[in-house]
Amino acid sequence: MNPAIQGLLTIAIGVGGCLSYFYFSNQFLDKVLFPAKGPNAGKNINRANLVRPWLFLLPAIFALGLYLAYPVIETIRLSLTERQTMPDGTTVYNFVGLANYSQMASEPKFWEAMRNNMLWLIVVPALSTAFGLLAAQLTDRISWGNIAKSLIFMPMAISFVGAAVIWKLVYDARPPGTEQIGVLNAIYTWMTGNDPQQWLTIPLWNSFLLMIVLIWIQTGFAMVILSAALRGIPEETIEAAIVDGANPFQIFFKIKMPQIAGTIVVVWTTITLVVLKIFDIVFAMTNGQWETQVLANYMFDKLFRANDWGVGSASAIVIMLLVTPILVWNVRNARKEMR
Amino acid sequence: MDNIAGTKSSLTWAVHISVVVLVALWLFPTVGLFVSSFRTADQISSSGWWNALFPTEQSLTLRTASPEEQVLVDGVYVIEGNLFAGEGLSDEIDMSSWGTSSRDIGAYAPGDTAELRDGEQITVQANGNYRLQSPVEMEGGRGQRIFVTAELPPDFTLANYQQVLFSGDRTDSMTKAFFNTLTVTIPATIIPIVVAAFAAYALAWMDFAGRALLIAMVVGLLVVPLQLALIPLLKLHLGIGIGKGYLGTWLAHTGFGLPLAIYLLRNYMVGLPRDIIENARVDGATEFQIFVKIILPLSFPALASFAIFQFLWTWNDLLVAKVFLIDATGQTTVMTNQIVELLGTRGGNWEILATAAFVSIAVPLLVFFAMQKYLVRGLLAGSVK
Repeated sequence: MNPAIQGLLTIAIGVGGCLSYFYFSNQFLDKVLFPAKGPNAGKNINRANLVRPWLFLLPAIFALGLYLAYPVIETIRLSLTERQTMPDGTTVYNFVGLANYSQMASEPKFWEAMRNNMLWLIVVPALSTAFGLLAAQLTDRISWGNIAKSLIFMPMAISFVGAAVIWKLVYDARPPGTEQIGVLNAIYTWMTGNDPQQWLTIPLWNSFLLMIVLIWIQTGFAMVILSAALRGIPEETIEAAIVDGANPFQIFFKIKMPQIAGTIVVVWTTITLVVLKIFDIVFAMTNGQWETQVLANYMFDKLFRANDWGVGSASAIVIMLLVTPILVWNVRNARKEMR
Repeated sequence: MDNIAGTKSSLTWAVHISVVVLVALWLFPTVGLFVSSFRTADQISSSGWWNALFPTEQSLTLRTASPEEQVLVDGVYVIEGNLFAGEGLSDEIDMSSWGTSSRDIGAYAPGDTAELRDGEQITVQANGNYRLQSPVEMEGGRGQRIFVTAELPPDFTLANYQQVLFSGDRTDSMTKAFFNTLTVTIPATIIPIVVAAFAAYALAWMDFAGRALLIAMVVGLLVVPLQLALIPLLKLHLGIGIGKGYLGTWLAHTGFGLPLAIYLLRNYMVGLPRDIIENARVDGATEFQIFVKIILPLSFPALASFAIFQFLWTWNDLLVAKVFLIDATGQTTVMTNQIVELLGTRGGNWEILATAAFVSIAVPLLVFFAMQKYLVRGLLAGSVK
C-alpha cells in the first residue's frame, strides 16, 4: 500500500477512532451503565461523573505509560542485563549486575563524551541566554525590532541536520593556495596569512564550533521568552530608577535583571535539556570523531553500531540521571503553583 | 520604552547598528547555503558564495571551433570565431588574459598572437574573437584549447533544484524522502492533538481524585529524554510485530509529543472563563458536548501552537526516524536522513548538499513565517510560569 494512502488511513482511523471512542464511551456511560433516569438518577449522575474523567484520560494515560513511563523502568532493567542470542535463535537477557556500567566507565570514549557534555552544558545555555538577552534588550527599543526578532528566531525552524549542513559550509576548508569557500577559513587566511585549517578535526576547537551551531539555534528561543519577560517589567520601577539618576547599565543590571531572574532560570534549564539530548548536530557534522563525542551520540553508537543494548541502556540512564534534578525541580514548581 | 535608557541619539544609533550586526551574523550562514544552492559546482569551488553577488575573475577552459571549419584564405588555413559564443556566454565579457597551456593560463594579453606547434598562430581579442591560422591543413577532431581569465557577471542556475527534485537520481533525489517525511509528519501531528485535548480537558475542568498527581506526572514526563525510550520501544515494536515502519513511528511521535501537548492545552484550558462551561452544564449539555462545541473552538490558539511545535519537531527529527522507521531497504528514508547520507557520499558536492538541505528547510521556514504568532505564544505558555 502506498504510504501516503496508509498515512491518510491512519489519520482517519486514529482521529476517527479517538473521537468515536470518546463519543461512544460517554454514551455508554450515560445511557447504559449509569442512566440519568429512574429511581437512582441522582446517584447515577454522580457515579458517571466519577468515572468520566478516566474515560477522557485513558488513551493519554495509556500512551504516556507505554511510550514514556514503561521505557524508563525497562531501560533500567536492560542496563543491568546482557543480551544473548541462544543457539535456537531466541534472545535472552541475562542479569549481569553493574557490569555494563563498569564496562562503560572503563571506556575512554565514554569519559570523552561526559567531558564534552559538561562543556556543552556550561557553554551553550550561558551563551544562548546571554545573546538572547542582548538581542531582546536591543530589539525592544527599535522600530524594526520585530523583523529583527523574527530573523534571529528563524534558526529555530531549521532542523539540526539542516543547521549542520549550513555550518559545515561555514567551516569548510580548501587546500592551501586555493580560494577558500568557507567563511571561517576565508577570514582566517586573510587575517593571519596562515594555511587554512580543517577546523572540525582540531580537538577542543571543534567541540566549540559544534556548540556555536546550537547557540545559533537556541538564541532565538531565549530572545523571545526574555523579551516577553522584559516587557512585563512594571514601568514604574524603571521610571523611579531614571528619576533617581540611574544610567542605562545600572537600570539593566540592577532593576531589570533581578525582575526577570526567574525567567532566565527557566530559559537556562530549557536549553540545558536540549543540550543533554544533543545528538543530530554531532552525528551529522563529526559523528563523534576527533574527540567531539557526546552522550546521546555515544548511546546511538552503542545501540546501532556496536549492537550492545546493555551499555547503550546504561548510557541512556546516565542521561536520565543528568536530567533528574531538572525534573524534580520542575515537578516541585508545578505542584507549588497548583496549590 | 525609548525614553527609558537615556535619549542620547548616539546611543540609539549604537542600538541600531548593533542589531544590524546581530541580524547579519545570524542570517549569514543560512544565506550562504541559499546562495550556494543556485550556483554550479565550478562556481562554488572556485570562489566563496559571498563573491557570487558580484562579478568575479574566473578561469575558463574554452575551445576554438574544430578543424573541420577551416577555410583556405590566401594560402593559409584559417579558423575564425568567438570563444564565448559557443559556451552560451555573452561576447561582452572583457577578458584580462589568456593562454594555450594549462601550466601558464595567463601567458598572453588580449590582442597578442601565440605561436603553436606546426607553425600555427592564434590571436585572441578581449571580446573572445579569435583567428587561428596555419600554413598547412589542420588535423584532429577537436578545436584548440584556450584558457581564458575574465570577469564574469553573477550567474545563477536552477539546475541543482532540477537535479535534486526531478532527476530521479538514486542518491540525489529528495522527492521520495520529501513525501516520506510528509507521511510521517501529518499523522504524527494530528493524532497527539486529539488524544491530548481530551486529557487536557479532564485535567483542567473535571474534579477527581489524583488529578494533581497526574499533572505532576505529565510535568515530569515532559523532560524524560527520548533516548531512554529507544531500546525498550524498539524491542516492543519488534516483539509485537509492528517492526520498523510508519505505524511505529507515528505511535512513537504521538507518545513523545503527548506531555507537551497535554501541558500546553491544559494550561490554556484552565484559563478559559468558568461561566461559559458552568452555564453549559446547567443547560444540560453533556461533558462531551461541552468539550466538542465549546472547549475545542475556544482552544484554537493553543491547538495551533502545539501543532506547529509538533510539526517542526517531527519534520526535523532524525533520531526517531532512524530508530523506528528506516530499515535496511532504505525505502522509507526521510529528508534529514537523506541529507546525512549525502554528507557522507557527496561531502564535497556543495551544490547538491546545499540544495537538498534547502528543500528540507523550506517547508518549516514557510510554516514558521506564516504562523510565528502561534509559535511564540506556545513558547511563552510552555516555559514562562
